[in-house]
Amino acid sequence: MSNLSDYFWQISEVMIAVAAAPLLTGWINKCRSWLQNKSAPSVFQPHRMLHKLFHKDSVVAENASPLFRMDPYIVFGCMTLACGIIPTLSTNLPLSPAADAIALVGLFALARVFISLAAVDIGTGFGTMGGRREMFIGFLAEPALLMVLFSSSLISKSTLLTSIVGNLVTQDLAVYPSLAFASVAFLMVLLAENARVPIDNPATHLELTMIHEALLLEYSGRSLALMEWAASIKLLAYFCMGFALFFPWGISSVNTPLALLLSLLILTVKLAIAGALLAVIEIASAKFRIFRVPEFLATAFLIAVIGMLVHFLLGA
Amino acid sequence: MTDLISMDYIVLIIAGWLAIGVCGVLALWRPAFATYVLYPAGAALGMLLSAIGLFSVFGVAQTGILPLGLPDLQFHIRLDSLSSYFLFVLGIVSTGVSLYSVGYFRKKEETPLGLMCLLYHVCIASMAMILIADDAYVFMVAWETMSLTATFLVTANHSDPEVRYAGFLYFLISHIGALALLLGFGLLQADTGNYTFANMREQHLDLLWGSITFFLAFFGFGAKAGILPLHIWLPEAHPAAPSPISALMSAFVLKTGVYGFIRITFDLLHAQIWWWGVVVLTVGLTTALFGVVLSATQTDMKRLLAYSSIENIGLMFTGIGLTIIFHAYDMNGMAALSLTATLYHVVSHAAFKSLLFLGTGAVLHATGERNLGKLGGLMRFMPWTAWAVLIGMLAAAGLPPLGGFVSEWLLLQSFLLTPGLPNSVLNMLIPIVAGVIVLVGAMAAYVMVKFFGVIFLGQPREQKLNHAHDVNIWERLGFGWLVVVCLMLGFFPVQMTLVIDRITTYLVEEGIGTAVAKNGPLLLAPVAADRASYMPLMFVTILLVCCLSAYVLVRRMYHGRIRRSIPWACGYPFQTSKMQDTAEGLGQPIRHIFGNFFHITRELPSAFDKKPRYRITVEDPFWSLLYRPIAVITEYISRAVGVLQHGRISIYLIYSFATLMLLLLVVTQ
Repeated sequence: MSNLSDYFWQISEVMIAVAAAPLLTGWINKCRSWLQNKSAPSVFQPHRMLHKLFHKDSVVAENASPLFRMDPYIVFGCMTLACGIIPTLSTNLPLSPAADAIALVGLFALARVFISLAAVDIGTGFGTMGGRREMFIGFLAEPALLMVLFSSSLISKSTLLTSIVGNLVTQDLAVYPSLAFASVAFLMVLLAENARVPIDNPATHLELTMIHEALLLEYSGRSLALMEWAASIKLLAYFCMGFALFFPWGISSVNTPLALLLSLLILTVKLAIAGALLAVIEIASAKFRIFRVPEFLATAFLIAVIGMLVHFLLGA
Repeated sequence: MTDLISMDYIVLIIAGWLAIGVCGVLALWRPAFATYVLYPAGAALGMLLSAIGLFSVFGVAQTGILPLGLPDLQFHIRLDSLSSYFLFVLGIVSTGVSLYSVGYFRKKEETPLGLMCLLYHVCIASMAMILIADDAYVFMVAWETMSLTATFLVTANHSDPEVRYAGFLYFLISHIGALALLLGFGLLQADTGNYTFANMREQHLDLLWGSITFFLAFFGFGAKAGILPLHIWLPEAHPAAPSPISALMSAFVLKTGVYGFIRITFDLLHAQIWWWGVVVLTVGLTTALFGVVLSATQTDMKRLLAYSSIENIGLMFTGIGLTIIFHAYDMNGMAALSLTATLYHVVSHAAFKSLLFLGTGAVLHATGERNLGKLGGLMRFMPWTAWAVLIGMLAAAGLPPLGGFVSEWLLLQSFLLTPGLPNSVLNMLIPIVAGVIVLVGAMAAYVMVKFFGVIFLGQPREQKLNHAHDVNIWERLGFGWLVVVCLMLGFFPVQMTLVIDRITTYLVEEGIGTAVAKNGPLLLAPVAADRASYMPLMFVTILLVCCLSAYVLVRRMYHGRIRRSIPWACGYPFQTSKMQDTAEGLGQPIRHIFGNFFHITRELPSAFDKKPRYRITVEDPFWSLLYRPIAVITEYISRAVGVLQHGRISIYLIYSFATLMLLLLVVTQ
């Protein structure tokens, strides 16, 4: 059923996503700066950062284990694979049966475990603290995310993301109250999992509050570049997952150049709007204390559960 | 063809293990013989057993009678797909543990090595006997043999009072459980006086007696498996035992409880009532959550793993509970799916947990430390152990592409199918249960990062760790075997579900094998390919391709310069190994949110202390809520009865005389 050209398109989609992911981060930063009345950096600033970092020497702590040096590649690989599973431009993905939504959550968990292990590896206070917090937020966010995915898969009777998208796109435009709840919960999980503002601040290096930055503290040069790049890809993957679950319209179901181009245009518009919205959320909220995070994510879980109950009660 | 002979082979393997044990005692003064000849022989038999078990899953059930036992009470044995499957698991575990033991039992434990060899082999032989038992008599004999030998194995280092105490606790709880089992078997034979399982299958108990039997079995097997609140022996016995024994106990002795419960529930009892399933599901889920929360706060590495075993047993019972619910509503396809998930978890837990326990054994031998607060940085000194434990730890954390993930995935898929249930309350509640399962799985990942991170990563917390030595060749072989099993279970789930299909077909009249086989050998799709699918081999291949191409590209396009330096740590130059997070530190978020789960006593320093001390003890709340009150009441009753005792024979004679008179009065009335 899937032939060679499908594989070609799938691989090029993944490569486009990977290459363009830092643009999304750049766009969000730009929006944030605009909202804060600062002069905004170019959207290519993250690319320039990566370029600079790749050219620098990699400084590795004396007591680093081989795991520490392998880690950036593993994490980067995980995120790249995630881009291959999540429908970005088309739903005709030959790689998509390899993992459904649950396996995708498992894939993110795998990346998280490796990041945390690397953070613990050097044995500095900040690194272990970061690793601990990352795993802590991870295990609180995962149930909420799964509940969101369950709501969607109950409607589409499938846990495959491509089937969920296909099902939503082909149906008449209907309002699913359960999906409305699920989308709110998903947004909260997205903020937590991608180290965005109410949970973590990507723009700060304040030691006692950081999570994502603490994990990368001992990395430098190309390893740091890979880790930062992987974080951008993860954000893009989460955005695309959100679109796939809640706003799939405009995604192409065939692999023809014209349809894909149109789909790319629509995705760019969606990402631009969503990125701007994320910047607004980040500007409008303040960072939580770490022990407020369980409440935040428990709320996300409850909203997702309510969404599911609504699905059972209304059948929609 | 193999069907006809596999039963004989299994009996021969059991006899072989017993013979090896006897040789061990005969060679009591030649420990090297026990170590280098007997254990490898036992491992070879174990490997044979796993192969035979795997093949005989596909055969038809065979029965036989052993020329043992009492004149009118023979040993009935039977080999069907369920027992074959568990024999397969036992074979896998015993091979790994026996190989490892060759390297481990060189230094002397307090029990002589020959005796250890006897106890160990009798223990695994009795477990195999439990699996092929076909009447209550031989089942209980084998069951008690297992409990006894396991107790002696746990108390191998018996000069330590803590070890003796742990052994006593295990012995006590397994006997309370055995009592419930005896009563349960008594009810199952329904006054026919015939204790064969074949007869029990014929009997149809009514609702009341059926329920009583069911809950007696749940209690009895639960005590062995370690469900709440009977889990209390596990965290004591596992740290006390030598590591290969902990591995054996966690990987298989607990599973005998799961086996027995499945055997009685689905094979011997006919009707299943849906609320039995709800009870088992609730208890299982509570056990799982409790186990994982407590394991996250432990500071002793083996105790941490013991609580993690409690968690996994909880997950298995959750799966069984779900199966009962589905089966009670005649939704056999879904019952088959959740039972498949449970049985998959049995084998993957057996593999990864024995691997992890053997890993702690290696650490213990190399450093003499069990306390997580005194370990750290061992990956540099013990690379073999560290990489093997890393694989086991990823499987235990339920991460793709390893075996632990497959069972979790299957279990979640069966939860997603619940909306078909005719009971609307269950329909709504059960998906939330799935949320709790995900929470448990994600916390297991936290626990495993803590376990691996504190032991193998970071800086050594003590000077002596710098001289830790890695494992020898036999221990590596044991690790290697279990690592291969873990990887295979992760990569070939389709083949494994086809094996399990035979058991579910036997127990719940349906299997997911036909649905799975339709999609070829690589794609695991338990219901239909467009509903849910998972291809671990493709998953791992793409992942490796992504990682490697990233590596090659980065290396090609940029320089490969690397500089070694001291850790940066935000520019703070005075880092010491004491500044890393300790095991307590890693448990802190958990203690903070799940405070109600523990009994915490905390001693905080005041601002004026010259030598500030921070001490925290986290205790299992069941001690103070349940066991201490029981102990107090027992003590009180025995003291009350003790009033009668004076230690003078004349008074005892008066007691007997008075009793006699009283009885005579009663009789003559």
